[in-house]
Amino acid sequence: MATQQLAFRTCPTTGFKVHLRAEKLIVANAVTAVVFLTLGGIMALLIALTRWEAVHLLSADWYYRLLGAHGMTMLVYWIVFFEIAGLYFGGAVVLNSRLPKPGLGWLAFALMLTGAVMSNVMVLIGQATVMFTAYVPLKAHPLYYLGVVLFAVGAFIAVGLFFASLVVAKVEKRYEGSLPLFTYGLMAAAIIAVFTLVGGVITFVPALLWSLGIFKLYDPGAYRVFFWAFGHPAQQVNLAAMVAIWYALSSLMVGAKPVNEKLSRVAFLLYILFINLGSIHHLLVDPGLHTADRILNTSYFFYLAVVGSMIHAFSIPAGIEIAQRAKGYTHGIFQWLIKAPWKEPGFSALVISMVLFGFLGGVTGVLQGTMQLNILVHNTLRVPAHFHMTVVAGTTLAFMGISYYLIPLMVRRNLVGKAWASVQPYIYGGGLALLFFGMYGAGSLGVPRRTWDTTYSQSIVPGPVFGGEVNIFLALLGIGAVIAVIGGAIFVILMVLTLFFGKKVPIKA
Amino acid sequence: MSTLTPPERVWWKPLGKEEKIWLTVSIIWALVLFSMMIVWSAAAKQDTPTETYKISTTEFQQLTNTFVQKYQVGQVNGVPVVRPPAGGDVYLLARQFQWYPILELKKGQTYRIHLSSADVQHGFSLQPMNMNFQVLPDYDYVIRLTPAQTGEFYIVCNEFCGLGHHLMSGKIIVKE
Repeated sequence: MATQQLAFRTCPTTGFKVHLRAEKLIVANAVTAVVFLTLGGIMALLIALTRWEAVHLLSADWYYRLLGAHGMTMLVYWIVFFEIAGLYFGGAVVLNSRLPKPGLGWLAFALMLTGAVMSNVMVLIGQATVMFTAYVPLKAHPLYYLGVVLFAVGAFIAVGLFFASLVVAKVEKRYEGSLPLFTYGLMAAAIIAVFTLVGGVITFVPALLWSLGIFKLYDPGAYRVFFWAFGHPAQQVNLAAMVAIWYALSSLMVGAKPVNEKLSRVAFLLYILFINLGSIHHLLVDPGLHTADRILNTSYFFYLAVVGSMIHAFSIPAGIEIAQRAKGYTHGIFQWLIKAPWKEPGFSALVISMVLFGFLGGVTGVLQGTMQLNILVHNTLRVPAHFHMTVVAGTTLAFMGISYYLIPLMVRRNLVGKAWASVQPYIYGGGLALLFFGMYGAGSLGVPRRTWDTTYSQSIVPGPVFGGEVNIFLALLGIGAVIAVIGGAIFVILMVLTLFFGKKVPIKA
Repeated sequence: MSTLTPPERVWWKPLGKEEKIWLTVSIIWALVLFSMMIVWSAAAKQDTPTETYKISTTEFQQLTNTFVQKYQVGQVNGVPVVRPPAGGDVYLLARQFQWYPILELKKGQTYRIHLSSADVQHGFSLQPMNMNFQVLPDYDYVIRLTPAQTGEFYIVCNEFCGLGHHLMSGKIIVKE
């Protein structure tokens, strides 16, 4: 029994029983995530300052390298490392339980880190300038594909460990009844992650063999179908994890309860069942697909997965309003909102994340993913405009919001620079909103994404393809990115300062 | 009870009035959005093309070369300008880093534009109409296009296709 007791500590803030070996893994994954966020943020700044025509910082070669590395680093490495930390937290700590086989967790961590470093190094030395999508027959060095596969295998093990922790908690009776809604949402994310990671392996193992010359050809159309069974589902994992964190933040910040457990859980179920069908929206203007296939899939099956999001968009604010009114903020229609803790970074991050994700990210995604509208949108800057609102303003900001509480809790130190933290979500969100309008405006005028220069002055058929007005939008893109990077840097600096210099909180068994 | 603690034993409870209204409106909106894709596909003049054939890159290049030889009427910076017969088949080849050839089309005539690539994936982006299609090697993607106005229109590549991607442009000239 003595060893059993030493394996856990009781968190003085939350009262959770924290499994110490899980805690180490949570810290390792979260810190690695923040390192990748930092790298991705530096790349973001350089790329954006290149698209801003008046600055046009990088050479074409470096622009394309960093754009590819930025995509993989942010969309996959930063977010997945953080999600793994979140899964261990939700599967062990929140259930007052333990993480079985922490050794496997370290194996997963090592595989993921090796894979991430390997693929990024190949991109940075110019051996894999193929962008995040790596569409064949554009070929990268075999080690690039190997890196991605190693990362996927590592993440797969980590997700398996999360499922094992759910089973252990149930068998050892660490909690009564059903999973907490937060952990339930993470479980939905983990189920989608299984599909995603299988998609990743199916895409990149043949690509590796093709790159080595063992496979003679890899059909470019088939590759696109495989790739988008990985590329977009990965973002749906982020969606489900982000929504789970929204629920958690609403409870942590104002004490919100789920308004109706049934409705919220059904919404997550709709994600699991239908959201991955939407991946076909990447192929809407591809050769070879039937209209019925396009319409049914791009609609996430009659938009039922979107109804899932509509449910969360109702339930979370409703939960907050009910909790606030219960505190006596009942004057008028909006007193509950005005009296909300706007200076708590967790609350402002939650609200900004929900508003930007919902109104700018989700709505643009659904509309741009309709079959006919996609002709106007495909591969223009409207596409990154959309996903910088979902994955960055939505997911990343929500992750930042919970980090202000989760990371001090896990490293047992007090947060450094609370005043800076309370303005950070506003700076980050504000910058991203500007970035969005810049990208969206330029994209609506047809300006392509992933293109170093859009003046076409050196082309064989030279031309002013786009009018001077696009420069205004590209400048807005650049200015927004600079502000967002400042916001991101504040977050990273606070996390680093907390990790090394935060006031230590004594350990309680 | 919060989102971080297990719910009460029985949580399968009926929805409130506001929840029912919200859910109904959401579902109706979802079905309208879904139906619009079908309605537009059936009723409107602009729709996503589906006609596709498998073709080898060499064969498509041969077809393009024959097409150019047959109907060339001029050249710009060494790129042939081709005037296909009104309403006929048109071959437009994407390759690193050029759209080949330059096309001269007649307003109001419907052409079958065959799109394919000689090397990697490209993105056909017609400006300033802003119509965008993916172009793959080994696939012949047929787009039925009816120019509605005269003038010069650019084609740029909007799928990253290599280090010269930002140089890749082409042109369609529409005459009366």
